Amino acid sequence: MTLRKTFSTAALALGVIGLNAQAANEQYFPLQSYRVGPYAAGGTGFFGGFIDYLQYVNAHGGVNGVQLTWSECETEYVVEKGVECYERLKKGLNGAPAAATNPLSVGIAYATLDRSTADKLPLITINHGRTDSTDGSVFPYVFPLQLNPYSEVSAIVNFIGQKVGGPDKLRGKKIVTLYHGSPYGKETNEVLQKLATKFGFELTLLEVPHPGNEQQSQWLTIRKIKPDYVILRGWGVMNPVALKTAQKVGYPTDHIIGNIWSNSEEDVTPAGAAAKGYIAITTHPSGTAFPVLQGIKKDVIDAGKGNLADPKRFGTVYYNLGVENGILNVEAVRLAQARFGNKPLTGEQVRWGFEHLALDDKRLKELGALGLVQPLKLSCADHEGGGAVRFQQWDGQQWKLISDWVQADRAFLRPIIEASALQYAKDKGITPRNCAKES
Amino acid sequence: MWFLEAGQFSTRAAHDRRLLPLWQERWALAAVLAVALGVVPFWGNDYWFSAILIPFLALSLAGLGLNLLTGYAGQLSLGSAAFMAAGAFAAYNAQLCLPGLPWWLGWGIGGLVAAALSVLFGLPSLRIKGFYLIVSTLAAQFLIPWALVKFSWFSHGSASGVITAPPLTVAGWDLSHPAGRYLLTLVTVLGLTWVAHNMVRSELGRQWMAVRDMDTAAAVIGISLPRAKLLAFAISGFYLGVAGALWAFAYLVTVEPHGFDLARSFQILFIVIIGGLGSVAGAFLGAAFIVLFPLALSNLAGALPNGWIDAGQLENLQKMAFGALIILVLIREPEGLASLWQRWRSRARRWPLRH
Repeated sequence: MTLRKTFSTAALALGVIGLNAQAANEQYFPLQSYRVGPYAAGGTGFFGGFIDYLQYVNAHGGVNGVQLTWSECETEYVVEKGVECYERLKKGLNGAPAAATNPLSVGIAYATLDRSTADKLPLITINHGRTDSTDGSVFPYVFPLQLNPYSEVSAIVNFIGQKVGGPDKLRGKKIVTLYHGSPYGKETNEVLQKLATKFGFELTLLEVPHPGNEQQSQWLTIRKIKPDYVILRGWGVMNPVALKTAQKVGYPTDHIIGNIWSNSEEDVTPAGAAAKGYIAITTHPSGTAFPVLQGIKKDVIDAGKGNLADPKRFGTVYYNLGVENGILNVEAVRLAQARFGNKPLTGEQVRWGFEHLALDDKRLKELGALGLVQPLKLSCADHEGGGAVRFQQWDGQQWKLISDWVQADRAFLRPIIEASALQYAKDKGITPRNCAKES
Repeated sequence: MWFLEAGQFSTRAAHDRRLLPLWQERWALAAVLAVALGVVPFWGNDYWFSAILIPFLALSLAGLGLNLLTGYAGQLSLGSAAFMAAGAFAAYNAQLCLPGLPWWLGWGIGGLVAAALSVLFGLPSLRIKGFYLIVSTLAAQFLIPWALVKFSWFSHGSASGVITAPPLTVAGWDLSHPAGRYLLTLVTVLGLTWVAHNMVRSELGRQWMAVRDMDTAAAVIGISLPRAKLLAFAISGFYLGVAGALWAFAYLVTVEPHGFDLARSFQILFIVIIGGLGSVAGAFLGAAFIVLFPLALSNLAGALPNGWIDAGQLENLQKMAFGALIILVLIREPEGLASLWQRWRSRARRWPLRH
C-alpha cells in the first residue's frame, strides 16, 4: 500500500501542477463536461458545439492572434465531481489563463458560485442557473446569459397570451405546469403563481418525481382539469414519457409547451408519433443554414476535427446551444481584449468583457449568427441581457419555428429578482456594487 | 528491529487508559497531526483543500459513524446518506431560525436531529436483524430526501430548494476560505474521532461488540439489547449528521438533497468494508481509498494529450479500473485495509529477519 500511495500522490501532484511550460499566447477554457451518465445527450451535444466553435475560431487565427485552448474534465453531472474539476482546471493550462467556466449544470453552478467570485473567474450559466444572479451588483462573476428561469416562464405565459388573443384573455384560463421534482424543476413555481395572480389565470402545479418515467396519475389529473395549456418543465427521460402519456389520455400535443430543457431532438424522438405538434421554446433555432454553422462544417467537420461522435447531430438544438455559448464567450474575450490588449486575459478582465457584451443585428450578421443568437446587451446591473425566446414546433422530423422573438416581462420580474438578490447579499454579508459608478 | 514493543509495560493505571499503548504509534500520530495542523494549511493549495482533503475528512467521519453502528454494534444500515442530509438541513435551519447561533452549535443541532431520526429508523432493529434491517434503513434513505424536496419549509422557501451556507466565522475570524474550511473540518473530525476511539474501548463499546458477536449471549450476561442497539443508532446518527453538515457547509458550501442519495450510502458502506469493519483507523483508510483513488486515476488520465481518448470513454475506463482495484483489495485483504497495518506491524517486529 505504501508504494501504491506514493505513486498516487505523485500522480496527483503531477496532475495538479501540470507541465509548467512557458506561458503561451493562448486563452484557456476549462470544460466541466459530461459525456457519460443520464444526461450525456445534453453534454455531448453542448460541449461538442462549444469545442467545434473554438476550433473554428482557431482555424481563423484565434481571437486577434490569441489561440484558444481547452481541456475536459468529466463530471457526469455530479456536483462533487464538478467541484473537483473546477478546482483542478481553474488555474489554467500550460500558462494559458482560464477565461470562464461553463458547467451547464444547476447543481455545479450553485456549488462553484462562491468559489468563482473568490477566484475572480466568470461563471457562465447560459439559459439556466440562479435567477437572482441576473443582478450583477450582488453576483459580480455569475452570468445567466440570455435567459434566466423567470424570464423563461414569463415568456411562455406571454406566448400563451398571444395565442388566446391578447394578455387580457388569459383571465379565467386554466394552465397546468408539470415540473420535474428537483431544485431545477421547482425554481419557477413561485413566479408562476405571481404571474397567475397578475393575469388571472388558474394555475395548477403538478410534480413528477425524479427521474420522471411515472406520470400516469398526473396526466389523469390533467384530463380531469381540462387545462387550456400545459407547460412542460421537464428534464431527460421525463419529456418523452410526458408526450406519450399525454397521447394516451388524449390531451392535444399542440397545447403542451416545453421549456428550455424540454426542447431538443433527444426529447421528442423517443416519443415517436406522439410528439408531433409539440411546441417548445428555444433561444437558438436548430438547423445548419446559418453561415457560422456552414463555416464550422467547412473548416472543422469536413477537416475531420469535429468533436461529435455522431455527425448526424450537427445542427441540433444542443449542438447549436454549444455554438451559441461559444460565440458569447469568444465575443466577451474579444471585447475585453479591445480594452486590455490583444493578449491572454485574466478571468477578471474577461468578466469586464461579459459585462459589456452588446450584440446587435449588425454584429450578429458579421458573426454569421443572425437569427441564431438573439440581440443582447449586458451591463453591471443586468447579467442576463436578452430575455427573449422563440417558439418551435416538432413536425415529426424536425423543429419548425412558429414565432418571432417573444420577450419576457422583465420589468415585472426585476423587483422580484432584486429582492431575492438583496436577501442573498444580507445572508452572506455582501455589500452590493454601485452599478451607477461602474463604467 | 526498530518496531520493538518489548519492554513497554504499563506501570501505572493511567498508562493503561492510554489511547495508543506503543510509543511508536504515539509519535507517528503526533507527527501526522503536526503536519496536518501546522504544515498543510500553509502549504496546501485550493485544489488540495477543496477537492481532496475536505471531502476525504468528511467522508472519513461518515465512515466512522457507520462503522460504530455496523462494525462495532453489528447493525446493518443503508441510510447513512439520509442521516447526513438530515444533519445538513437541520444545521442550516437551526442557524436560520436562531439568528446569531454560532455555526458549530448549528452543526451540533444537526447531529442531534440526525441522531433522533436515526433512533426512529433504528427501532425495528429490536425485532429484526441483518438484511431485513437494511430494508428499514433503506426506508429512511427514500423518505428523508423525498421530504426535503417535497416540503419547501426545509429549504426555507428557497425557490429552487438549494440553499447556501452562511459565512463561517470564529471569534471574528472569517474561515470561509479553503484553508479555513479545511482547518474547521480537521478539528471537528479529530475531536469526534478521539471521542469515538475512547467510546469503543469503553463499557459501551464492549457491549456493542458483545451484541454484534452474539446477541443472545449478550442478553444472557445482562446487557440491555435495546439500550445498546438504540445508543448505537443514536451515536452513529450524530456522527453522520455532523458529517453531513461538514459535507454541505465546509465542502460544497451548498446543500441539495439529491447529493445525499442512495449512491452516497453505498459509498459510505464501501468505505467501511474496504477500510475494515470494527476499526477506527479503517474508516480513514477506506475513505482515502474511495476518495483519492478515482481522483488519482482521473488526474493521471488528465495528463494524457488532448483528444487521445474520448473524455467519456476515459471515465468508463476509470470506473473499470477502480472496480478491478476494489475486487483486488477484497481478495487480497478481505478484512479491509486496517488489517494491513496490523500485519505490517507484526512484520516490522521481526525485521530484518523473515519468518
